[in-house]
Amino acid sequence: MATTVAPRAPLIGSSPKRKEDARFITGKGRYTDDINLPGQLYAGFVRSPHANATITSIDSSAALAIPGVHAVLTGEDMKAAGVNPIPPGWLHPGIKISEFRPLAVGRVSHVGNAVAVVLADAPNIARDAADAVVVEYEDHPAVAEAIDAIKPGAPQVHEGAPGNVVFNWALGDADVTDAAIKGATTVVTQHLTNQRLIANAIEPRASLASYDAAADELTLYVTSQNPHVHRLIMGAFILGLPEHKFRVIAPDVGGGFGSKIFIYPEECVVAWAAKTLGKPVKWTATRSESFLTDAHGRDHDTNVEMAFDDAGKIVALRVKTVANLGAYLTLFAPAVPTYLYGTLLSGQYNIPAIHVEVTAAYTNTTPVDAYRGAGRPEATYLLERTMDVAARQLGIDPAELRRRNLISKDAFPFQTAVALQYDSGNYEPALDRALEMVNYPQLRAEQAVGRTKGKYMGIGLSSYIEACGLAPSHIVGSLGAQAGLYESGVVRVHPTGKVTVLTGSHSHGQGHETTFAQIVAHELGCSIDDVEVVHGDTGRVPFGMGTYGSRSGAVGGAALFNSVQKVKEKGRQIAAHLLEAAPEDVDFADGTYFVKGSLSKSKGFGEVALAAYLAHNIPADMEPGLEATTFFNPSNFVFPFGTHIAVVEVDIETGQVRVVRYVAVDDFGNVINPMIVDGQLHGGIAQGAAQALWEGAQYDSNGQLLTGSMMNYALPRAEFLPMFETDRTVTPSPVNPLGVKGAGEAGTIASTAAVANAVMDALSPFGITHLDMPLTPARIWSAVNDAKAGN
Amino acid sequence: MAEINVTVNGRAYTRDVEPRTLLVHLLRDTLGLTGTHVGCDTSQCGACTVLMNGRGVKSCTVLAMQADGAELTTIEGIASSGTMHPLQEAFRQEHGLQCGFCTPGMIMSSIDLLSHNPNPSEHDIRHALEGNICRCTGYHNIVKAVQHAAHAMAGGASAVGAD
Repeated sequence: MATTVAPRAPLIGSSPKRKEDARFITGKGRYTDDINLPGQLYAGFVRSPHANATITSIDSSAALAIPGVHAVLTGEDMKAAGVNPIPPGWLHPGIKISEFRPLAVGRVSHVGNAVAVVLADAPNIARDAADAVVVEYEDHPAVAEAIDAIKPGAPQVHEGAPGNVVFNWALGDADVTDAAIKGATTVVTQHLTNQRLIANAIEPRASLASYDAAADELTLYVTSQNPHVHRLIMGAFILGLPEHKFRVIAPDVGGGFGSKIFIYPEECVVAWAAKTLGKPVKWTATRSESFLTDAHGRDHDTNVEMAFDDAGKIVALRVKTVANLGAYLTLFAPAVPTYLYGTLLSGQYNIPAIHVEVTAAYTNTTPVDAYRGAGRPEATYLLERTMDVAARQLGIDPAELRRRNLISKDAFPFQTAVALQYDSGNYEPALDRALEMVNYPQLRAEQAVGRTKGKYMGIGLSSYIEACGLAPSHIVGSLGAQAGLYESGVVRVHPTGKVTVLTGSHSHGQGHETTFAQIVAHELGCSIDDVEVVHGDTGRVPFGMGTYGSRSGAVGGAALFNSVQKVKEKGRQIAAHLLEAAPEDVDFADGTYFVKGSLSKSKGFGEVALAAYLAHNIPADMEPGLEATTFFNPSNFVFPFGTHIAVVEVDIETGQVRVVRYVAVDDFGNVINPMIVDGQLHGGIAQGAAQALWEGAQYDSNGQLLTGSMMNYALPRAEFLPMFETDRTVTPSPVNPLGVKGAGEAGTIASTAAVANAVMDALSPFGITHLDMPLTPARIWSAVNDAKAGN
Repeated sequence: MAEINVTVNGRAYTRDVEPRTLLVHLLRDTLGLTGTHVGCDTSQCGACTVLMNGRGVKSCTVLAMQADGAELTTIEGIASSGTMHPLQEAFRQEHGLQCGFCTPGMIMSSIDLLSHNPNPSEHDIRHALEGNICRCTGYHNIVKAVQHAAHAMAGGASAVGAD
């Protein structure tokens, strides 16, 4: 190509500071609770104190007598008005679906289950009045643990689900796996729990609805990761509102981590009440309500058998998991312990035979659904923890055992034994680089010396793969998804050449307003300040599936990339027309169309945009305007991978663990904004490490949540963590035009196993082979003392 | 109802409040200063941190009546005539925020720290921010932002503002 136009520094791959920060650092962010409407009422929810009970009566008279109270509404009122239960968004054959009513009718199934709502002039009045609603219950025995729920004689959560089984699910070849295990040299068995977690986005959930009777339009502001999904499911399935008369706006959202994907009872109630009462209605969760009602994550009980030949190669893997889905099925719940979990059980390894069985159970606990990583952290923890147990049992160094089993870089595309086909990968360089960054041989030598002096340092590896960029619509459709998982992207060029981008992805911390502007500005040769990214409003964005499953860049970004190509091509046709050249003789670089070999014959992008809108002089068969829309439907998942290494010190006297170093080498394919990607990774690592060491939701046997506040649910704080050391390898994804993969969940997927393995490595001199998470000081101290006592 | 007088970001207000009104609700609901956030109900998360008479307080744990006569500074009041406070600029430079919800509290706590410890170590910073929870960043870039601001405020201003 004959061009001497000086190329600008590429925007893709650079780290401009974030456009959205200006409002956040000045207190001008606009979160749902920051929005108020004239005459709004406040909702206060009456919640069940029992985990499993029949509602025998509801007396609202005392509440209604409180000045400022407008109404008290119950589940019977909603049902009579034709409001439907909240449906799950993913089905399996034989699945038993619970009736998840926004306000309970007849029966409550977990502590915090909403029973009634008070609408009042002020939030304090609403809460006082909610306390004044007298609900009589007939209390029944409850069950909190999934392994207890599926035992004969356990309390029944729902009559329609005998034995509390939601579904049984399996993947892989059972006979081949059984035979391979029988023929193996060594079979490593391990029982693992992957404890229940609570996402705790720092912004509590909130919603605000208003109804315009004249236009018959309902507007809902809600803390959502996917406003179009909210509109579709609430409108079409729950409230019976036509989509063209229902606008959902997810303004600034203060973190999600999965917990703001789902359709929650409170937002359905708020929307319905606003229409019913003809007044705006607002609700913001207290943190106590968040703990009780935000969907929880993980909660697996698993038995693993990993079989090896005499060369230390894995010949088979057999997994049996009981997954706790809580009291009701929320949007992705059936997919998380199945297709987002079982399909990942080959990890980075060449495992010829795998079989996984999952029993999903109802319990009298808060619903469990996707939490950062969603299924993939469970798979990775299982594989990587078991690899370390195996390494110890086989007497092979953990890094060496992993290396022996890696899928060779020549084997791609690689068909796993659990349905996925990995399109690309090259795992050994990331492992090598991570080992090099920690200076592995020297670290092992230091460890050996330390142990002779009573210092217990541990080194933990985690080599992970994830499937993200959700997802090829025809594949997920065939597996039970009730929606496609494409994304839309509009590039709208204005007559001045400035650009508005509309994306169906939603940013709640990920920095789309910058990253997506980079993609478009890079392609158009303009500044990111000339590109405005609009997201989170069904009234402005045509459609969208939202942000989760590390999909925004790989799916939403790809949609925008393709739209901007369409815009550039139309611009080229117009420029050729204006320059009286054949379109194939016109090139575009750095914001200028020019005739090849004749740079003086050129048109700036702004001139072309203006020409497109003036339409005085464009090709005869061309429509005016300069705008393009793409619905990008990926042909496959994307497969980020990497190796993380944690180094910890365990104080044997107190059981206290200190994370001394954390090294992460990841392959996210091409990276649009390295600063933002590193930030995603840092936060992910912190959340995964926190599962290993601190976080864990606990219920008592009556279904009472014991960890119901930040006082007793241990979130990671600045003092708990070190600086993170990161590096990357780059294997571009072939399934999207940007070559990008997802980075939002990788840190969490990798780090739990790395940190847990490091602690168990530190404790290995005591003969302790495994402890379940969280690896709290009490748990470690007890285990060490038991070991010392010879128990 | 009781009458209180407060100065917020240099402006004097007289308001009638219910005795149970928390300072954070006075700021957010009565004065419309929604940059101060509520993230929990147990004084753990620090999203509501503001300066009261120059020291960081969790405004969810102070009754509005306890602030009677006090000078208060919120996130809206730390930039002067369009120039960002060095901590605001440093959080942007170092990508010390993602969703932005904890950010006002983080910045206000960091102002408190640097006001009495202008040259904090990494440990000092992590310790000083133990009452502020961030769920997005893993704290890595927050620590860097506070270091960046400390450097800038000590006269190394050339490091600030360079993209």
